[in-house]
Amino acid sequence: MTAAIAIQGLEVVFDRFRALKGVSLEVREGESYGLVGESGSGKSTLLKAITGLAPVASGTITVNGKTLGRTRDKAFYREVQMVFQDPYGSLHPRQTVDRLLQEPLAIHGISDGEKRIGRALDEVGLGKGFRFRYAHQLSGGQRQRVAIARALILEPSILLLDEPTSALDASVQAEVLNLLEEVRRRRKLTFLMVSHDLAIITHMCERLMVMQNGEAVETLTASQLIGHRVSEDYTRNLLRASEGFVRTA
Amino acid sequence: MSDTLLEVDDLRVTFPTRTGLVQAVRGVSFSLGRERLGIVGESGSGKSQTGRAIMGLTPPQAEVSAKKLAFDGIDLLSISPRQRRSLRGNRIAMILQDPKYSLDPVMTIGRQIVETLRTHEKVSKAEARERALAMLQAVQIRDPARVFDLYPHEVSGGMGQRAMIAMMLVTGPELMIADEPTSALDVTVQLDVLKILDKLVAERGMGLIFISHDLRLVSSFCDRVVVMYAGKVVEQIKASELRDAQHPYTRGLLNCMPRIGFERHPLPVLDRKPEWAA
Amino acid sequence: MSAETIQSRREWLLSDRPASRLQARLGRAYVAWRRFSANRLALVGMLIIIALVAVAALADVLAPYSPTVGDLKNARLLAPSAAHWFGTDDLGRDIYSRIVYGARWTLYVVILVAIIAAPIGLLVGTVAGYAGGWTDTILMRVTDIFLAFPKLVLALAFVAALGPGIENAVLAIAITSWPPYARIARAETLTVRNSDYIKAVQLMGASPFRIVLRHIMPLCISSLIIRVTLDMAGIILTAAGLGFLGLGAQPPLPEWGAMIASGRRFILDQWWVAAAPGAAILIVSLGFNLLGDGLRDALDPRSGDQ
Repeated sequence: MTAAIAIQGLEVVFDRFRALKGVSLEVREGESYGLVGESGSGKSTLLKAITGLAPVASGTITVNGKTLGRTRDKAFYREVQMVFQDPYGSLHPRQTVDRLLQEPLAIHGISDGEKRIGRALDEVGLGKGFRFRYAHQLSGGQRQRVAIARALILEPSILLLDEPTSALDASVQAEVLNLLEEVRRRRKLTFLMVSHDLAIITHMCERLMVMQNGEAVETLTASQLIGHRVSEDYTRNLLRASEGFVRTA
Repeated sequence: MSDTLLEVDDLRVTFPTRTGLVQAVRGVSFSLGRERLGIVGESGSGKSQTGRAIMGLTPPQAEVSAKKLAFDGIDLLSISPRQRRSLRGNRIAMILQDPKYSLDPVMTIGRQIVETLRTHEKVSKAEARERALAMLQAVQIRDPARVFDLYPHEVSGGMGQRAMIAMMLVTGPELMIADEPTSALDVTVQLDVLKILDKLVAERGMGLIFISHDLRLVSSFCDRVVVMYAGKVVEQIKASELRDAQHPYTRGLLNCMPRIGFERHPLPVLDRKPEWAA
Repeated sequence: MSAETIQSRREWLLSDRPASRLQARLGRAYVAWRRFSANRLALVGMLIIIALVAVAALADVLAPYSPTVGDLKNARLLAPSAAHWFGTDDLGRDIYSRIVYGARWTLYVVILVAIIAAPIGLLVGTVAGYAGGWTDTILMRVTDIFLAFPKLVLALAFVAALGPGIENAVLAIAITSWPPYARIARAETLTVRNSDYIKAVQLMGASPFRIVLRHIMPLCISSLIIRVTLDMAGIILTAAGLGFLGLGAQPPLPEWGAMIASGRRFILDQWWVAAAPGAAILIVSLGFNLLGDGLRDALDPRSGDQ
């Protein structure tokens, strides 16, 4: 049993709109797996389906050997956590960092809160000085660090990353990507990361799946992509687009 | 190429806040011919406020000052708001990031283009329609007659941005300011839109100011790049010579982005020096 | 306290990097207070309400006469004078003393109504908004039914059924005033329920009950406080209206509305009997309105996160 996440024929339907049309994938334990696609490709929907935020019409999702049903129990959330795209929207506007980090501990009845909060803040490079700030007292990068600390505080084994840096400046993006890599190495985490940016996915992930219109286009390893050994035209287009503008004259 | 279209000397934009005055733009100078100039910077660098100040779209509570801010020899700071308005949309045009916010949601796309044209030029309705359709064609909308009668919410983001470009270009402006025109679009669509923009700028001999956070995109698209940091210009450089950029900020910005085929773990990060902002 | 210590305290409160929970909370309160106190009229409103509370608390000291027992023989319907500042009524009671004691009843009514109606509205609104579906439909239709009747008429019907008296008047007003609060709370809930920060709490495995109670309600409370404060004037007037119709406070309770009702008979010749409680109602209503306006600026949930 080496699959951290195994998905078979997953379909998600929102009011008759088929956002995912039978997608299958397998993420090995400790692996970093990327989902690339443009808007409407269903890549974020897939993460939502795993966490139970999107209605699954058919197909199965298995996490750490357990096949998930309609609802998720508390134990599931101790295994799987998520970091959202928008650092400005994912922190409660009326809560201090302290309160934000305390909440998951309170929900799961974990007692060594003080220690864990201090450690989590240190781990994401914020330190104790940030503990009692409100979200509006933080920059975008700092907010995303808090969001990562919140996801880590339950000590999950799988982290779902939904475009964690697309709302950040390039220099801050580099810092957050480095932080994510470091955390993954230290905690031996499994990543399932969504991005529209091929360069970020190849930087962060060992394997990836290209998605379009709710379907898988192809599955590649990062080195295949780097060597341009792709078989689908769509992927080739994406690759070309990621290299910037080329004047045809 | 030699004639100067726009001259900016020591441009400053100051905002009053609860805690005192804040300068968003602190003495920016550059000049623009009939070329493509990129302004690059991170959030808070003042790049957008620079574009807005040239356009005359600075919020009313803020103050704009400059030793010189001249478009084609016209001093933009001394003319009346009315003259400024007639300049805007006629000879200077602006494209914003999200077409959803800049297109009027209750008017069809065609009518918006026609209205824009008719506020600046005396043309008959039939002729305006003709030119609007031609413009939609020029931004490579396949079925202009159909899109003409659609409302903004009925088209995709890429289509909306093309319609926006069509609307801005229909009066034949000489200077175009594009503020993150493709950031809200998917990468493949992004390139299509840039291609259209590139072609039109070249064909019509316009000056273009392309404002973006994406240094690599800007350098592949523009002739020259102005790099801004904390309200100031830290470096002006030819796009082709970007690899030899001198300023550590420019180099850091170029370096810190992940690139396909260049394995760097961890990514180099930017070590911000206080003297850059000084 | 020297200027320097005041300055350093202000800095401590406004610090961007608070060192403790207390400092963070005080800092937030201080920013709200600065916004509130920048509005002069709001300060006036707050002073009026503080004065009302003080008068109610110190009624025994402030009132020179008994509010219920008058001098029927010598002091009926006397005009305002040094002995009786606001004059006396038809039973020879000092109107000033009755107004002072009446402040207690006014406060009693508004506070009770607020603590009954606001939580009901908050609960119904947030649960309806968060749960959605059938729960939402049923709760909101009930709310609509309450909203369909004019407030005073509905309150009248309730008092008629429950029997006259100030407690029943309070109940009747509370029952008729929660629906708008439910509407507000539901609207606020709908704007935040799909936000990422609520999803993040869901993804920690929090129960819906916990999410509503600890994450959604705090966001609704400020708009509710504002609305309740602005409604206070209406509550006082409804209570006075019920008192005036004889369905609220019963004689000899010195309730302001009832006092106007009894003064009505002499309004042309002894105007002060009705005018004094009328002025009291006016001033207090104004105070609550000004306070509410100030709170709206200070507590705007959207300005907190800039």
